[in-house]
Amino acid sequence: MHIVVCVKYVPDAAADRTFDPADNTVDRANVAGVLSELDEHAIEAALSLVEAHGGEITAVTVGPSDAATAVKKALQMGADRGVVVSDDAIHGSDAIATSLVLARAVTKIRETSPVDLVLCGMASTDGGMSVVPAMLAERLGLPQVTFAAAVEVSDGTVRVRRDGETATETIEAPLPAVVSVTDQANEPRYPSFKGIMAAKKKPLETWSLADLGIDAHEVGLSAAWSTVRSFERRPARQKGTVVTDDGDGGRALVAFLAEQKFV
Amino acid sequence: MSEVLVLVDHVNGTVRKTTTELLTIARRLGEPSAVFIGAGYEQATSTLAAFGAQKVYLLEQPELSDYLVAPKAEALAQLAERAQPVAILLPSDSEGKEVAGRLAIKLESGLVTDAVDVEPGEDGIPVTTQSVFAGTYTVRAAVTKGTPIITVKPNATTPEPAPAQPVEEKVEVTVSEAAKAARIVERSPRAQTGRPELTEASIVVAGGRGVGSAEGFALIEELADVLGGAVGASRAAVDAGWYPHAYQVGQTGKTVSPQLYIAAGISGAIQHRAGMQTSRTVVVVNKDPEAPIFEMADFGVVGDLHKVLPQAIEEIRRRRG
Ligand SMILES: Cc1cc2nc3c(=O)[nH]c(=O)nc-3n(C[C@H](O)[C@H](O)[C@H](O)COP(=O)(O)OP(=O)(O)OC[C@H]3O[C@@H](n4cnc5c(N)ncnc54)[C@H](O)[C@@H]3O)c2cc1C
Ligand SMILES: Cc1cc2nc3c(=O)[nH]c(=O)nc-3n(C[C@H](O)[C@H](O)[C@H](O)COP(=O)(O)OP(=O)(O)OC[C@H]3O[C@@H](n4cnc5c(N)ncnc54)[C@H](O)[C@@H]3O)c2cc1C
Repeated sequence: MHIVVCVKYVPDAAADRTFDPADNTVDRANVAGVLSELDEHAIEAALSLVEAHGGEITAVTVGPSDAATAVKKALQMGADRGVVVSDDAIHGSDAIATSLVLARAVTKIRETSPVDLVLCGMASTDGGMSVVPAMLAERLGLPQVTFAAAVEVSDGTVRVRRDGETATETIEAPLPAVVSVTDQANEPRYPSFKGIMAAKKKPLETWSLADLGIDAHEVGLSAAWSTVRSFERRPARQKGTVVTDDGDGGRALVAFLAEQKFV
Repeated sequence: MSEVLVLVDHVNGTVRKTTTELLTIARRLGEPSAVFIGAGYEQATSTLAAFGAQKVYLLEQPELSDYLVAPKAEALAQLAERAQPVAILLPSDSEGKEVAGRLAIKLESGLVTDAVDVEPGEDGIPVTTQSVFAGTYTVRAAVTKGTPIITVKPNATTPEPAPAQPVEEKVEVTVSEAAKAARIVERSPRAQTGRPELTEASIVVAGGRGVGSAEGFALIEELADVLGGAVGASRAAVDAGWYPHAYQVGQTGKTVSPQLYIAAGISGAIQHRAGMQTSRTVVVVNKDPEAPIFEMADFGVVGDLHKVLPQAIEEIRRRRG
């Protein structure tokens, strides 16, 4: 089984994330970048499937050259090879262009080795749109099964459990398919020392837009089909009254609720 | 005036509140046309009319609801080709966003997700407001190509009735075989709690690791019930198996925006705050005075929730006699 895992390089959520006032895009230069934490669950899902059924894993990212960090972490966790699609023209891409580049990358990967499964995270931790997996399925013409809380593969079929809004569902689709997993799906492993050493010897390729046959005008900020007009830091919430419970805390709480007309 | 397509969110014809919000927003941009997919339309008519739908497109083919996202995206794409709407509004839940994503590619149109507000801009193009980076920034954006496709979060506006007599039109669409590849083979509906829907509730009482056990959540439920609110939980409480994932609030759970959010035994990690940052009033009960959640509290009690909450419940009952 050959699994492609899509991993995104994002500004660290623990850092003070902001925008670049020059073009209203995310500031990726002055804020430390990391592998989007939710994509670790996709990598882990791929690793357990390959451990159970055999096969190999290709980790792919679309982003600035630093995005190699995200792929390297995937290699350290156990993926077999990595692809970084990076090109200055990609800067400022919307979800539509990002999915185009990713889809072409998957297409190129499957030219050398057929792909059974494209695994994604449930959302990036920066844009957080949760649309790229569906867009990839649309572009690749593959079935999509998203927000999986558990994934199994057997006899050319992927079967997932999904804890939906109103029901728990079991969903099946024939392979190849695009699947996204939630943070309920597993507990991602930490790279071991051995894994970190082994990762240094694993193949890591960098592709440009030209390698994928994409014209620079199809992607990036100027080609985006939506534009950020302005951004504004939300004023911090004002801290209100805090009391210490000395046997009367519950009543004080209700007095506040009553004052606010909730009681 | 031009049409604005609104995808109706419903469970067997019971229209969800978010749809009435979408119809209210659609009226700012043009004439709302409700797109009703599935069974149970008789149930839905009065609500759609009450909130100003000028037209209803009725798509009752079973294959549109028996399968996942893809057929709905195909249906909306065919409808949009015919109606040439000025915008398409969908609910910003996981399904709505994925339908929107696929539709954007089919229609070669820009997409904005998770809007917390939509207003017509000076040039007539809808301008969206998004709350990003765990609610620390507000971003205004607009679609610049094709038909603006916008997914809108619950509570983005107060639904305003505007009675209309919608023209009904039954529509047949073609669904490709490929769209039917992923199918639901088993479905077990969750038991009804009788409480308001988490994302729609005006009061939410949420418990975290500090609740201490699954049994402890009875206290959270009791407070929610005396206030007529919904129950929420932090991921720590969900991961511990104390409360179902469907009630998780935060980055990988639900986003809530109630009038009142009570956080009990929750520390206030950024991923939790991402889901409740825009609550009107925040009340905190936590035994650690240094817990970050206090920074956003309108009112806080430093204390043991197992003492504070029972007393609060008793006091509410006493006041109500
Ligand atoms: C705050 C903010 C708001 C934005 N709003 C919009 C908007 O309204 N409309 C719009 O079109 N664009 C928007 N963008 C841009 C958009 O987020 C990016 O283009 C992004 O690459 C794709 O969307 P996402 O990060 O939300 O991915 P999601 O759809 O949330 O990602 C889901 C999964 O797809 C895979 N994936 C996503 N991106 C990559 C990647 N670059 N490389 C490898 N795998 C990937 C990962 O597996 C990931 O877990 C926004 C960006 C930000 C930071
Ligand atoms: C990618 C990612 C996504 C995430 N998504 C989410 C999400 O959607 N939602 C979410 O909630 N978290 C999410 N998290 C996890 C988040 O980082 C925190 O770990 C989590 O919110 C902590 O939950 P908690 O506040 O209940 O627990 P803790 O941080 O352990 O806090 C428990 C609090 O309870 C207090 N307490 C203990 N006993 C009592 C008592 N008897 N009375 C009063 N107070 C008491 C303690 O003082 C403490 O402040 C995510 C993390 C990651 C990495």
